[in-house]
Amino acid sequence: MTMRPDPTFHASPKLAMEAPPENFAYTLLLSPDFSKPDALAVIDAKPGSPTYSQIVHTVTMPNKGDEFHHFGWNACSSALSPLAGHAFIERRYLIIPGLRSSRIYIVDTKPDPTKAKIHKIIEPEEVFKKTGYSRPHTIHCGPDGVYVSTLGGGGKDGTSGPPGVFIMDCETFEVLGRWEIDRGPQTLHYDFWWNLPRDYMVTSEWALPPQFENGIVPEDLLSNKYGHRLHFWDLRARRNVQTIDLGANHQMALEVRPAHDPVREYGFVGVVVDTTNLEASIWTWWREGGKFHAEKTATIPPEPAAKEKLPPLLQGFGAVPPLVTDIDLSMDDRFLYVSCWGTGEMRQYDVRDPRKPKLAGSVHTGGIVRRAPHPSGKAYAGGPQMVEISRDGKRVYWTNSLYSTWDDQFYPDGVPGVEVMANVGRNGGLELASDYFVSFPEGYRAHQIRLEGGDCSTDSFCYPSA
Amino acid sequence: MLSVGLDWGEASRTLAWLWLALLASGIYHGVNPGMGWPLAVSAGLLERSPRALFGALGALSAGHLLATFLVLLPFALLLTLAEWQRPIQLAASLLVIGFGAYRLVDRRHPRALARIPPSQLALWSFAVAIAHGAALMLLPIYLGLCQAADLDASHRAAGALVSTNLAMAVLVSLAHVVAMVVAGGCLAWLVYRYLGLKFVSRSWLNLDAVWAISLILVGAIALVFNLTN
Repeated sequence: MTMRPDPTFHASPKLAMEAPPENFAYTLLLSPDFSKPDALAVIDAKPGSPTYSQIVHTVTMPNKGDEFHHFGWNACSSALSPLAGHAFIERRYLIIPGLRSSRIYIVDTKPDPTKAKIHKIIEPEEVFKKTGYSRPHTIHCGPDGVYVSTLGGGGKDGTSGPPGVFIMDCETFEVLGRWEIDRGPQTLHYDFWWNLPRDYMVTSEWALPPQFENGIVPEDLLSNKYGHRLHFWDLRARRNVQTIDLGANHQMALEVRPAHDPVREYGFVGVVVDTTNLEASIWTWWREGGKFHAEKTATIPPEPAAKEKLPPLLQGFGAVPPLVTDIDLSMDDRFLYVSCWGTGEMRQYDVRDPRKPKLAGSVHTGGIVRRAPHPSGKAYAGGPQMVEISRDGKRVYWTNSLYSTWDDQFYPDGVPGVEVMANVGRNGGLELASDYFVSFPEGYRAHQIRLEGGDCSTDSFCYPSA
Repeated sequence: MLSVGLDWGEASRTLAWLWLALLASGIYHGVNPGMGWPLAVSAGLLERSPRALFGALGALSAGHLLATFLVLLPFALLLTLAEWQRPIQLAASLLVIGFGAYRLVDRRHPRALARIPPSQLALWSFAVAIAHGAALMLLPIYLGLCQAADLDASHRAAGALVSTNLAMAVLVSLAHVVAMVVAGGCLAWLVYRYLGLKFVSRSWLNLDAVWAISLILVGAIALVFNLTN
């Protein structure tokens, strides 16, 4: 309990953009063959610092096989919610779930990020017992606690009962229980986010654990058995109020990115692959007249390639699918960044007119066939994957690994972990920073990035920017 | 306030202080972000209209008014037991002190409050006022005012006493809420129009302990006053 709200809590996205820039980038490291414990790397992101773009601290976990994926803060700007009246907490603890183990680590980043240490470990049994869910994934700091989405239900393979969201106390980290009261037709889960003052949540669908833990299941994909729906929820009533099916061929609707400004009642979701033509797509969803709507607003075509250059999984198709596996929206809701993990491209769309995204910038790193090098001359395997934008919108960071077993199918030569950054032009455009290239210890891959003081996929706001 | 200024006797001075305390409590609740003025700012900004700001203030006031009146109501009825007046006042003081002590020890906010949707501001304001003892804070002031009003009327019929006490409960609730909405409304308007949103996080002090101590203090003053009189 503090006397003042944390200085990194901001009432509006505009105030968040004006705050000092990040000095550190936290990045999750995973051991894809489970031979080493997963870790949290703290990277120096302060330009001019002698250790710029280097790992300055590592928190290594005491277990193996957790498979780190996404993580988040215990508290963020949502604590300024005027409804909650509970602003006196610190943005201090990173909550890191093991997607494979269902174990959750709480890492304390105070008094200094370079001295971060484990604060608490929540064992999988507690998650199973109190929620009936497994495979915790996305973390969002809500005004009344930490919300955690899960990809698995109960049972050994996570298929007994649907996955969902549960809540944790943001100070004691006690698992409080399931969030949903009425889930409606929702049976799959992936990402979620919300508009706090407008009181709705949006959730997306990936797959059940047997469809991803041992690699992508091509038969399931070609028979459209991965997720393809969006669910809209009454946030406080915890009820599913509407489900929109994007069409069965739009396989794997992943990251949900609502506009940061709560006055804007729209957002985006990325679809990994259209099974009719290997295209990836961006969809815009919005609320109008009390109902939610969604439409496909941008598509990214596959790139033809010679069979011998393709991994066995793709050889029958003679093309590289773009595989849009992450998207992220800048704090001013102007640019949407789209990771094309297959074709090795980071795209920047101008989405000021949210239903008419315009391609504004693009850079290439890696790619299944293209294998675009980094301007530093260093090798970049894999493609642009988890993307994070600085609060001021001037820097875009990304890593290269998707998920242990899927990496092996799409990039059989391996995906040594790297993290790069691109500078954003004043009116758009992307340019890779040749001096920001983080390579990680041998045998580690890198996944999600969190920036010190909050970033564009962490904080949610209760007041508009205007 | 009727007798203020007419006769500066001991009783009138007490009366004046009680009314002042009541207005001060209204201002105190009004400027406390926990009682809702930031919600009025948020409403005004989200709807891009000052009317929404005032609408939210209206809903917040209604909830607070109802909560205050409902807490005072049982005491308005109890006070008809004229010979029990003193024990009732002592019990009320102890209740307020006890609640303050409880808030001081257990600072956790009731989780149920988080379930109230932003569209139901009046309900939110009502629940917050009850849960945090905002209405309870007025109880000793109210009882003091009733006592002062009834000083020369202890021989009156119970029926008349009830209506006097009920009227006093309405008056006390109204006066408190008017002071609150004026103070909170001014602050909301200043932030909305001039100061900007930075003021929300800058001005937001953790009043949990101060609030709990306020309750204890109000109860303790009433207790001392009753014991010495």
